[in-house]
Amino acid sequence: MAECGASGSGSSGDSLDKSITLPPDEIFRNLENAKRFAIDIGGSLTKLAYYSTVQHKVARVRSFESSGRDTEQDHEPPYEISVQEEVTARLHFVKFENTYIEACLDFIKDHLVNTETKVIQATGGGAYKFKDLIEEKLRLKVDKEDVMTCLIKGCNFVLRNIPHEAFAYQKDSDPEFRFQTNHPDIFPYLLVNIGSGVSIVKVETEDRFEWVGGSSIGGGTFWGLGALLTKTKKFDELLHLASKGQHTSVDMLVQDVYGGAHQTLGLSGDLIASSFGKSAAADKEFSKEDMAKSLLHMISNDIGQLACLYAKLHCLDRVYFGGFFIRGHPVTMRTITYSINFFSKGEVQALFLRHEGYLGAIGAFLKGAEQDNPNQYSWGENYAGSSGLMSSSPELCPTQRVRSGTFDLLEMDRLERPLANLPLLLDPSSYVPDTVDLTDDALARKYWLTCFEEALDGVVKRAVASQPGSVDAAERAEKFRQKYWRKLQTLRHQPFAYGTLTVRSLLDTREHCLNEFNFPDPYSKVKQKENGVALKCFPRVIRCLDALGWEERQLALVKGLLAGNVFDWGAKAVSDVLESDPQFGFEEAKSKLQERPWLVDSYGKWLQRLKGPPHKCALIFADNSGIDVILGVFPFVRELLSRGTEVILACNSGPALNDVTYCESLIVAERIAAMDPVVHSALKEERLLLMQTGSSSPCLDLSRLDKGLAVLVRERGADLVVIEGMGRAVHTNYYAALRCESLKLAVIKNSWLAERLGGRLFSVIFKYEVPAE
Amino acid sequence: MGAGRLGVPMERHGRAADTYASAGEPAPEGPDGRRRELLRRRASSASEPPVGSSASASAEGIRRNRPGSYSGAPSASRQRVESLRKKRQLFPWFGLDIGGTLVKLVYFEPKDITAEEEEEEVESLKSIRKYLTSNVAYGSTGIRDVHLELKDLTLCGRKGNLHFIRFPTHDMPAFIQMGRDKNFSSLHTVFCATGGGAYKFEQDFLTIGDLQLCKLDELDCLIKGILYIDSVGFNGRSQCYYFENPADAEKCQKLPFDLKNPYPLLLVNIGSGVSILAVYSKDNYKRVTGTSLGGGTFFGLCCLLTGCSTFEEALEMASRGDSTKVDKLVRDIYGGDYERFGLPGWAVASSFGNMISKEKREAVSKEDLARATLITITNNIGSIARMCALNEGYFGAVGALLELLKIP
Repeated sequence: MAECGASGSGSSGDSLDKSITLPPDEIFRNLENAKRFAIDIGGSLTKLAYYSTVQHKVARVRSFESSGRDTEQDHEPPYEISVQEEVTARLHFVKFENTYIEACLDFIKDHLVNTETKVIQATGGGAYKFKDLIEEKLRLKVDKEDVMTCLIKGCNFVLRNIPHEAFAYQKDSDPEFRFQTNHPDIFPYLLVNIGSGVSIVKVETEDRFEWVGGSSIGGGTFWGLGALLTKTKKFDELLHLASKGQHTSVDMLVQDVYGGAHQTLGLSGDLIASSFGKSAAADKEFSKEDMAKSLLHMISNDIGQLACLYAKLHCLDRVYFGGFFIRGHPVTMRTITYSINFFSKGEVQALFLRHEGYLGAIGAFLKGAEQDNPNQYSWGENYAGSSGLMSSSPELCPTQRVRSGTFDLLEMDRLERPLANLPLLLDPSSYVPDTVDLTDDALARKYWLTCFEEALDGVVKRAVASQPGSVDAAERAEKFRQKYWRKLQTLRHQPFAYGTLTVRSLLDTREHCLNEFNFPDPYSKVKQKENGVALKCFPRVIRCLDALGWEERQLALVKGLLAGNVFDWGAKAVSDVLESDPQFGFEEAKSKLQERPWLVDSYGKWLQRLKGPPHKCALIFADNSGIDVILGVFPFVRELLSRGTEVILACNSGPALNDVTYCESLIVAERIAAMDPVVHSALKEERLLLMQTGSSSPCLDLSRLDKGLAVLVRERGADLVVIEGMGRAVHTNYYAALRCESLKLAVIKNSWLAERLGGRLFSVIFKYEVPAE
Repeated sequence: MGAGRLGVPMERHGRAADTYASAGEPAPEGPDGRRRELLRRRASSASEPPVGSSASASAEGIRRNRPGSYSGAPSASRQRVESLRKKRQLFPWFGLDIGGTLVKLVYFEPKDITAEEEEEEVESLKSIRKYLTSNVAYGSTGIRDVHLELKDLTLCGRKGNLHFIRFPTHDMPAFIQMGRDKNFSSLHTVFCATGGGAYKFEQDFLTIGDLQLCKLDELDCLIKGILYIDSVGFNGRSQCYYFENPADAEKCQKLPFDLKNPYPLLLVNIGSGVSILAVYSKDNYKRVTGTSLGGGTFFGLCCLLTGCSTFEEALEMASRGDSTKVDKLVRDIYGGDYERFGLPGWAVASSFGNMISKEKREAVSKEDLARATLITITNNIGSIARMCALNEGYFGAVGALLELLKIP
């Protein structure tokens, strides 16, 4: 059945100190702007959801009024930067033990400024029990929502919006968590919710789902029967007992029935013939641990068997498990997985969800927010504001538990624009953006975590320097340092905390943390300066290129792209050079480049291709501001345009490191157009289109791109994709398979990575691929 | 689980009859040939599931060794097979099923013994017959289910009564010792046995009782037994029955069920554990699945929860209890029916779900707990059996296909 082990509950801590002081301002963040609440009260945990708005400082770029200004003057910046306040929407989810419910409600009441809110959506078994308390404390009307409907709405939401939401649990592998690539079509799937009892629901579309079956043998059976057998009252303690027990003294095994003959018979003697079969003997004593273990096996096996039977009957291979029986407990995930593997002979995979505990609250919230139509937006997990997986598991994080009780947070940002797959992906369901899975690769993980730790001082320094007028910049930067440092330490111990650990997730987490402390664009000034310098060089670079013969020019253009790419503040080796030698010029960069043949070198093939007919439309993902985009990308774009190829130039929607943003690209293009008739006419005739990617990451996830860009790519029939830079073409997408020609180029600006790839610092990757016919 | 064949006397009909029925209907190729063919077919349908190192999961998909394997020297066993084929077995006629919890013994008592035979009958044989038929209890744990006795049967040309006797498997050593005391081995009888215990106790039979077992595949025996028992009927009545209106205490009644055209059928054998077989014809079946939640679980949990010591006691307690105090019902959660999913308020939402509350734990009786245990186990078996039947929806067609493959 649906409900989550509510009512009776000898559950939560009768013995716990209810007056424990919460750090509520760390937990109920942004409460002053909160306007829509939902609550899911289970047997032991309460999950609160609310919608709030966050004020951010953002750096805006704007062209100067061009009238009469002499842009050729040396010290004049090419555009102005202003810091503005921006309001973004954020969903907050907080999970805490029912013990704290009163204290939490009091805190919310005291801090709730917004008075528009009149209703709170409530779900979960405890919604009945606590209805009066909530109404009295918050003076909000409690609207009860159907438990399963909420659960499924929540499940659809996380599957759609959170990459690496689902994972398989593998006991003996390291790490135990295997995150799944989000399938572009999340339906159909089977949801097995193990609360007090078990509900098995087949979900076919957003609104269509069907309760196909259930079982009364569920978490309540483990808890209730376990309490009777062991006199242990708490669910967690029962699980703890079970994890220490030996079921073989209680269960009748095949070898007990067959004697030693099971071996010669080819039987597995360890299989359970009859659960509790050995306890059928009066006056025999069994240990609590052993009985709890036997009970756990009995229930997990039974649920696994039924789940397989239902999956088979409905021809479904995706089965998600949730409910308090599963919630963050490795021991139950293990036994359920074992059972599913056993009964389905590997055909069905047991999948779990990182945010399983929040599904009901998310669903209830969505029910209440239907008028805002939250499903029309794309949402993203905010790594800065979310606790990782297992954050409150005492086994994994004893220290954290002491610090924050068992509070667990999830924050999701509403993205400005809806996201979609790049239509050119060969197989969206198997696309994995990241090249190296750091959860898997311990050596690489160690290196990158250390690398990010070592780079932290520089990032802090830059952040402070970017806001010279701010009085609290140093203080905020220090908070940022601590926050990101803690995240890195968490990831050292739990690489799986936010899904698959990758260089991309480390970079994104850093960006989220910077934003959190109002450092929206620490590189804005640097980018501004570099853009100014590069724009001045543009005419000279073009003149040089135009003077070359066709074949020479093609190589010079590619070298220019690569040399521009050396300018990357994100790479430590480069930021060191740039910091000490700001005059580090474009020509010098070229001389740093590896001579051909490059580390990966399919230039010959590319040149051959260029001798053929022009591409119809090229999609180019730009990397850095300044020399990279202006002296590297634009001349290359210009050449394509001259060949009769249309170009879509896609830049980040928001800032990340010194990457060129969409807004900056608009100004840069405008300035170049003023100098160059080819670019000018192409812009005017919409043969050159500037688009935003929808991302604010130094990396690139082609499965989460701005929907407008995806539409345009399809409309224009793009037949060439150019991905530039280490973050987009090496850390991510190095192995991405596309349906059209692709060019991935980067300079390896990290000696460890270069060595790993078999090269040296400033080795060149030039990977031109043509899809197999 | 494999131990589906272990029988607790939960179903008292049609179960314990593992009489070696091929004596009555010799197969064209003789028992060995046909069994080998059966085994081949079964092996192709029920492949071994992957089993990890951890000792868990119920024993699904157990593959049996070659059925009818004989212990002892090959020449000796061959002799016995030969003698089996050539002439009628010497008395006494026994069938033994040694399960994980209970041993089921079937004894054919010939009632047409001629005076000449009586005279020839050796003393030990006579004493066995007298001992078994004149008692209804043996030792402290052996019981003869008198109410199950099948009278005036004709088996292999002999008239007589079939007796059903059971005792706990843990008394097996005493039984073997008795065989030795009664000088069983001097009777030159073939002792046909099935169940896991046929393997487990084989060596004891040999060394202590000087008896060689003829080990038989338990699922083969099970199906043969059912078909045989159904064919002879239950003293003039039908062996197979069902309950009409099971949910309505007043209208519920037990009605005979005609097994004339039984295939395909799903056979749910509830012993200590449960085996579920899809049966396409009398010698064509596959084990679909099983569960470790069976009779042994009911009895074992009852022992722990109520301190009872016999299965009968557990059942009797269950008959007097009220499971709704123990279980959390749909209405306990939703106040009534859960209409969204069409679940009635009286349905069990969580077995033992009320027992997470201290007050409720203190308010239930042992009888309530026994009842809840019974309901939990039986509901679960029913649920799994139903799912298997649905998933085997095509099993008639599969059976037909297998028949096709049999055609040379």
